[in-house]
Amino acid sequence: MKRQVSHLKDRSKEDEVADIKIDTVNKYYGDVHVIKDVSLDIKSQSFTVLVGPSGCGKSTMLRMIAGLEDIHSGTISIDGQVVNDLPPKQRNIAMVFQSYALYPHMTVFDNMAFGLKLEKRSKDEINERVQEAARILQIEDYLHRKPKQLSGGQRQRVAIGRAITRKPKVFLFDEPLSNLDAALRVQMRVELAKLHDQLNATMIYVTHDQTEAMTLANDIVVLDEGIVSQKGSPMDLYNDPNNLFVGGFIGSPKMNFISTKITSTSSDKTEVDLMGSSTISIPKTSASASAGDSVELGIRPEHLTVNADGDGSWESKVFVVEKLGSGTFLYLEKEGEPLVVETEGDSNIKVGDTVKVGFSASRCHLFDSSKQAFK
Amino acid sequence: MMSIKKISFFSLLIIILVYTCFPFYWAVVSALKKTGTGNFTVEYWPKQPTLENFFYVLSRPAFGSTFFNSVFVSTLTVLFCLVIALTAAYALGRIKFRGRTGLLMAILGTSMFPQVAILSGMFELTRSLGVYNTYQGLIMSYVVFSLPFTVWILTSFIRDLPMEIEEAAMVDGASSFVILFKVFLPLMWPAIATTAILAFIGAWNEFLFALTLTISPEVTTLPVYISRFRGESEHEIPWPNIMAASVLITIPLLIVVLFFQNRIVKGLTAGAVKG
Repeated sequence: MKRQVSHLKDRSKEDEVADIKIDTVNKYYGDVHVIKDVSLDIKSQSFTVLVGPSGCGKSTMLRMIAGLEDIHSGTISIDGQVVNDLPPKQRNIAMVFQSYALYPHMTVFDNMAFGLKLEKRSKDEINERVQEAARILQIEDYLHRKPKQLSGGQRQRVAIGRAITRKPKVFLFDEPLSNLDAALRVQMRVELAKLHDQLNATMIYVTHDQTEAMTLANDIVVLDEGIVSQKGSPMDLYNDPNNLFVGGFIGSPKMNFISTKITSTSSDKTEVDLMGSSTISIPKTSASASAGDSVELGIRPEHLTVNADGDGSWESKVFVVEKLGSGTFLYLEKEGEPLVVETEGDSNIKVGDTVKVGFSASRCHLFDSSKQAFK
Repeated sequence: MMSIKKISFFSLLIIILVYTCFPFYWAVVSALKKTGTGNFTVEYWPKQPTLENFFYVLSRPAFGSTFFNSVFVSTLTVLFCLVIALTAAYALGRIKFRGRTGLLMAILGTSMFPQVAILSGMFELTRSLGVYNTYQGLIMSYVVFSLPFTVWILTSFIRDLPMEIEEAAMVDGASSFVILFKVFLPLMWPAIATTAILAFIGAWNEFLFALTLTISPEVTTLPVYISRFRGESEHEIPWPNIMAASVLITIPLLIVVLFFQNRIVKGLTAGAVKG
């Protein structure tokens, strides 16, 4: 395909995708320090998810990469080039917004062609690119409709289509599925995963939903109040959380935390108190730990087995039973928050039953008083 | 059986209707009366209605050219106002800069001046710029006093347009100019229609500046032209003719309002900004 020669940008490298390097970036909103010395390396062609609770700074981070927010200090580089002072249109990025942000007075075709028309591409090229994107997203039938004639899911696909046609180096997604209903969200998640495979593009995705993070990401970056709490693959974060926050954030329902005390330590194990009467020896240690320290024992609901013995056990009364069909969640009485246990969908346990659960020591996590994990 | 609420509602409606429409009704009635002593008796409908006053006004040669002057001046005023106000609204409504609030207050403040207060200043200004007694001078002064409210209406409206559409356009590579004219403008028709109507009516009916800043018939606008009608003797004011002319010159306004009103409704129902 012949490419137009243009003074607007170098188009010979259009099909390449970029890596992003974020170096010690800080951002303030007035006096509030929202992004604190964040450094990240985002590999080319990866699907990186920035996840965290509301207010953690993930959207701000994304918008700084996009160029919609200023950077107080530090640098952001795309493909080796520092982009701090470049406006969005010169950064070769495309963004999909939470509320789609489609141009209401234009047809779907024009929405997707808008960026291309601004780049002064030929009509044929525009047509070809829009048709291709429409094909990938299965919205070919809607090209001549206006946004108000489309459903939420269709609008979201148009928004994604608008990003695809521009063939950017980086795709930025700002909570794109948050406005969709549950069923549609699952469907779109699958489509996004497929899209990433098809386009092989670098994608940065922001969400507060850890399920989206776990299912879509090659790399997850968990943000907590402006700092990177942990970065790694989904399974790394699931199996080896570095701190209490990540442990409690990844995995649904969230990890159970039992407050307890260390009874003894050794070079490869830590023994903690369990329900006052027994102890459990966990194959994790921390250099700063010693007997008598308060720690949090973390164990995931799915690693608790009903009526089975294990290295450790717990027994208390069930006060809520949630039956989902595919599984059942039992809420056991415990000091502080209840202990959540996941068991079979056809379990017969009722509210008021006293249940004993067992778990293995290797599945336990320990977090010290400064919330750091034992490793 | 109408409730008290309905009776009082309709009574209020009728009172308001009479209060606002009666002067126009009276003008029409006066226009239909014969010139002469007829218009010194109070008649709610003339005994001998006649259209001769309308014909008289329409047949006067200067009427046509004066009509053209009014149309020309008012239309150009509206156009200049809209262009300036739109671009100002974008800056004042969407761009944060130091002194923005102060500037907005100043713009609002200037509209508080009664026209009479700036009249002599305007006169001097037009004289020194050499545009006294020209279309340009008149249009310039009309734009000056129409801008405050035009800027305010458009600024408030543009402020309410969602940020994300603007950001999407920025990411797509649009310059501010493109954002304003290709993305925001189509969404702003209701506000633009409202502003256009108000500015047009203001310029069309304007008397004081037209009287002061123009002197020759080539440039005079309709309100001044009508005020110069002479009666049979120097003590007689030809009310029927004046009224006929007033009614006639209101008709274009009605057309303009009806035309733009369509746009306002269309714009509001276009589902302009959701998602």
